Amino acid sequence: MAAGEIRVAINSDQDIVSARQKGRLMASEIGFSSGDATLIATAISELARNIVSYARTGQITIKTVNGLNRQGIAVIATDDGPGIPDIRQALRDGFSTSGSLGLGLPGVRRLMDEFELTSQPGRGTTVAVKKWRQ
Amino acid sequence: MEVPILKQGAVLIATFQAALSDADLNQLRMGLVQQVVKFRSRAVIVDVTAMDVMDSFASRTLREIAHMIRLRGAETVIVGIQPEVAFAMVQLGLTLEGVATALDLEEGLAYLNEKFKTTN
Repeated sequence: MAAGEIRVAINSDQDIVSARQKGRLMASEIGFSSGDATLIATAISELARNIVSYARTGQITIKTVNGLNRQGIAVIATDDGPGIPDIRQALRDGFSTSGSLGLGLPGVRRLMDEFELTSQPGRGTTVAVKKWRQ
Repeated sequence: MEVPILKQGAVLIATFQAALSDADLNQLRMGLVQQVVKFRSRAVIVDVTAMDVMDSFASRTLREIAHMIRLRGAETVIVGIQPEVAFAMVQLGLTLEGVATALDLEEGLAYLNEKFKTTN
């Protein structure tokens, strides 16, 4: 059972691919099914994309987490970008599917088990998500 | 990583690799539309069997490709969406509405043959 922490600097669209591949690998290594690893990789892709689209640069941290008698994976996306002025709107469903305006956050919340968003306008955004192994 | 585009009769076939960046996807979109014009193709098949993740950008780009190609009077079929990828897409709220899909390359070609038969 592997444990650890990976940090991926997000500066371009290439880094989105690299972050999701590293996340999938870690998810597989700690025993997630390939279906769940795909959900995790998809969530990482969306979170990294938000960084590139809205903040240009930031960081994705992927690490193993231990619960009471379960293991999981945590993904933390941080940036020093413009922040999200209206968090409620950003989390509203349907906002993401329309196209260019979408932050994809409601979708990411559905892909993962736990979801935490903190954002300060002008200071940046942190999205922390977790998924527990079934 | 550039996406190779094969020409088979009136059909163009683009096969995705696992790790496509946004730039690769944009390049594919341009390339496909240009080649549809150049070869007067009647259909495009995009094979995404190897695609590891279909996120909002990839999904939107596929939809745009299909719509552009439809405006050229040709048809697009997306083939090979893997079950896990389909599951993640639905969770994310991505449906590829209005775009034809088929199980694999073979089914995609069969779908197009049927379609051409009825329109001829």
